[in-house]
Amino acid sequence: MMLEIRQLRKAFGDLEVLKGVDLEVDKGDVVAILGPSGSGKTTMLRCVNFLERADGGEMMFDGERFDLHRAARRDIARIRKKTAFVFQSYNLFRNKTAIQNVTEGLIIARKMPKQQAEEIAMRALERVGMADRRDYYPSQLSGGQQQRVAIARALAADPEIILFDEPTSALDPELTGEVLAVMRQLASDGMTMLVVTHEMGFAKNVSSRVIFMENGVVVESGTARDFFEHPQQERTRAFIRNVSGEMDA
Amino acid sequence: MTERLMEILADSFFKILVPGLTMTIPLTVISFSFALVIATVTALVQFANVRVLRQLARFYIWVVRGTPLLVQLYVIFYGLPGLGVLIDPFPAAVIVFSINEGAYCAETIRAALESVPVGQLEAGYCVGMSYLQIIRRIVLPQAMRTAFPPLSNSLIALVKDTSLASNITVLEMLMATQRIVARTYEPLALYIEVGLIYLLFSTVLTKLQRVGEKKLSTY
Repeated sequence: MMLEIRQLRKAFGDLEVLKGVDLEVDKGDVVAILGPSGSGKTTMLRCVNFLERADGGEMMFDGERFDLHRAARRDIARIRKKTAFVFQSYNLFRNKTAIQNVTEGLIIARKMPKQQAEEIAMRALERVGMADRRDYYPSQLSGGQQQRVAIARALAADPEIILFDEPTSALDPELTGEVLAVMRQLASDGMTMLVVTHEMGFAKNVSSRVIFMENGVVVESGTARDFFEHPQQERTRAFIRNVSGEMDA
Repeated sequence: MTERLMEILADSFFKILVPGLTMTIPLTVISFSFALVIATVTALVQFANVRVLRQLARFYIWVVRGTPLLVQLYVIFYGLPGLGVLIDPFPAAVIVFSINEGAYCAETIRAALESVPVGQLEAGYCVGMSYLQIIRRIVLPQAMRTAFPPLSNSLIALVKDTSLASNITVLEMLMATQRIVARTYEPLALYIEVGLIYLLFSTVLTKLQRVGEKKLSTY
């Protein structure tokens, strides 16, 4: 098991967002996390690389055990070095060009020589089809293009796992396609991915496993096929009925 | 306009402009440079929520913004000698203008820092950068672009505020004008003339601001 989370809990004030969530991700897995808004999907993802500090729970990652609440700064830095995060709102550095967005972490955080960083960045940009836009600033790119650069930034870090937080939710349908195509390619290249998404087509056709969350707990989890064809829980069946229209995407 | 008046105005133009170039402008540039350093530090300790320093920053801004600039000049120049601290007029003016302007600019820069979306910080963390690296390379550059127009405003205000230094015997443009008025008894024409020279300085700065904004709008 590459990533394992046990009893993850998180509250914002009185609001319990995560009430003891378990999760397992194998190397090469593409895990889709589904669920209605407010179910805690995004918070869970953000706890994995400490953008949110969990109230409790533990994580096994890459053969090491970490306390999600008490992890030391050094451990957090190590975990972040082996993970990458793709945001719903892209969060490209606005004062950096596409290629600078990709090289920034390599040069500044990893102390990589500039030339080597640029070679890696160009390969990553080529993988997402953005090499010809290397010197564009984020404001000069469409949402879909920005998200592809963000994915290139994630790839350049050579992570064990990429965490995606609703990567297409801010995009209009036409631009969603180009981002999903890149993600599909990564999946078939064997990249381990944990994807919070509302894209049922992606969950059904690309992901290997699905986790369905509601009200801060995992309602059902299983292989993508079992989840969509033989859901066990009544709540999951209702969810699949409601979204079945968009599943052929 | 009489011929005598014309002659006084022409004659005094350079007598006012020269202290403008040798006093007003250096006073402005030096003070504003110090002010920017003070302001950036003061804004950053608040933005980063550094415990004791944050309270100190609030106290400093509260005191400086709540008291008149002229009073601050008097305290430093006429007040401190009572404690045995004698400061020459020019350095005294630099100290007061730097501290005064620093407080106002600190608020400008703090607001600009806070206008940078939190996602920029989070993205920095996710690529492994430290807080200080993110501040220096991502947040501060973006904030400075936002802060540039209001900071230009402060600079233009400072050019005019340096006229207050005439009250502590700094021989800047207004003081030079006052001396000519005392000799010629033409206050209306001469004070309008010095006003126009201030306007000229401000106009140049406004133009420079526009060039600067254009340069900064590459992203």
